[in-house]
Amino acid sequence: MELVRSLQLVAGEEVLSISGLILLLWAAWAGDKAARAISIASVAVLTVAALIAAPALYGAAMGADTVAFGGQYRADAFSAFGKLLIYASAAVTLIVAPAFFDRFKAMRAEFPLLVLFAALGMGMMVSATDLLTLYIGLELNSLASYVLAAILRSDERSAESGLKYFVLGSLASGILLYGVSLTYGFTGTTSFEGIRHALSAGTLSTGAVFGMVFVLAGMAFKISAAPFHMWTPDVYEGAPTPVTTFFATASKVSALGLLMRISLMAFGAAPAAWQQIVIFAAILSIVIGALGAIGQDNIKRLMAYSSINNVGFILIGLACANQPGAAAMLVYIAIYVAMSVAGFVAVLMLRDENGDPVESIADLSGLSKTRPGLAAALAAVMFSLAGIPPLFGFWGKFVVFQAAVQANLVALAAIGIAASVIGAFYYLKVVKVMYFDEAVDKVRGKSDLAHGVLLVIASVFISPLGYLLTNWLHTLAGNAAAALFHV
Amino acid sequence: MIGIEHYVVVSAILFVLGVLGIFLNRKNVIIILMAIELILLSVNLNLVAFSAALHDLVGQIFAMFVLTVAAGEAAIGLAILVIYFRGRGTIAVDDVNRMKG
Repeated sequence: MELVRSLQLVAGEEVLSISGLILLLWAAWAGDKAARAISIASVAVLTVAALIAAPALYGAAMGADTVAFGGQYRADAFSAFGKLLIYASAAVTLIVAPAFFDRFKAMRAEFPLLVLFAALGMGMMVSATDLLTLYIGLELNSLASYVLAAILRSDERSAESGLKYFVLGSLASGILLYGVSLTYGFTGTTSFEGIRHALSAGTLSTGAVFGMVFVLAGMAFKISAAPFHMWTPDVYEGAPTPVTTFFATASKVSALGLLMRISLMAFGAAPAAWQQIVIFAAILSIVIGALGAIGQDNIKRLMAYSSINNVGFILIGLACANQPGAAAMLVYIAIYVAMSVAGFVAVLMLRDENGDPVESIADLSGLSKTRPGLAAALAAVMFSLAGIPPLFGFWGKFVVFQAAVQANLVALAAIGIAASVIGAFYYLKVVKVMYFDEAVDKVRGKSDLAHGVLLVIASVFISPLGYLLTNWLHTLAGNAAAALFHV
Repeated sequence: MIGIEHYVVVSAILFVLGVLGIFLNRKNVIIILMAIELILLSVNLNLVAFSAALHDLVGQIFAMFVLTVAAGEAAIGLAILVIYFRGRGTIAVDDVNRMKG
């Protein structure tokens, strides 16, 4: 009976993995000419998986009813929140990819499959409640992602970014795994519940603290938080832009979800041991993200530093180590995903007359005169990433700072606000180039309808109209955070 | 008598060697792959030693999973390396600099 119940709880993952395998056979049979059809089928599969996950989020599922496979897995509201964002980001990636790859005649049938399997691994990451499930989910996601980064074989930068991502990602997995082995050795269990129990009883052993630090360092790599951020700019620049979109949205959501689950649930009994590390990583990420972006000319590199910067703000929520902090993080993550989607779809629409991608910020000069709509959307993304009201990006920062102040982390919130002013400099520089510089008329390529529709949806979400959704977003984030703290 | 401490110390040494192998090596990327393998093996040693000391099977099952994933990881690493070599004609670490950073 337990097995049947467990299999029902992981229905979404079953749909993803079985359809993934069937589509893999189809891809092997039909070759690259079926790539578009497989992409469409993959989007349909992701939609089904998202529909299966959604009721848990709306119904605020939590507690013993959501535990599958003897505590290996949880299909609660928190995992559903993460999965909806992950599946949506994966679908966006699949929708924008064909137009990009067709230009290089490199739309391969395995691309949608790799995205599908990566999304499956990410879904496992946010649902994992055991170190073993955590590891399998993380590696399924990572292995697919390394290949995705290197998928554009004709481009040297893509291969180099794949290589860098592979080396540093494997190092991160190794560090994380070493931490896992120490945690297992010194607590005697791999389940998050068990670890929580072991840590709350008596004094902390040095070995367990070491284990925690290694696990957090490995996770910091995956979320690209400073001081483990150095791979981010190169991988974001070199990877094909649809893949970069995927890394900036789905990968980030899953790694942050996993980090929240492991720190708040497994290590939640000893917050004093890791809070300082998170605060340090948060401040460093905000500062390095803001300073590193100054002087970048490639817009994808700029977005990479901006993602490091934003991860710092998200970590402020984690530093609170309480339920309001977690809810604030989730709100921020959802808004950040929308900003990234809008930003990268806009970058994808920047093409010159041959249809080649335009990535240099200098080439955007005077974009407002030649492509006013695109320039307005990009400006909205930049203002939103900078957290300037009335755009929706401001709301994410506001709730995170509010949670920090309520948790008596006033100094952290103050540093965050000060550093976001530095960050505003380079976001505004892009806007200045687009609106006030001499037009170079470099961006002339046509963009397709799917890009336009996605850009409009994401831009409306981050525009002041997004505030109409705050109640809804807060209810869902509240459900998810409550599930995380419901032991 | 060889106790759990000895295993943990050996595994810690292997882990540090692996990490240093990645950062100090300036020759070629294959050595990095070997260093990554070394890290994973140090983890396996840890898991099996703890598993025996705790009289708990989970550690050994975990070690099996790590071995399997390590095989997949090595395969993908080599595949990416082949693609990289086709484009650039070199796998020296110092030449991986098409992008600054």
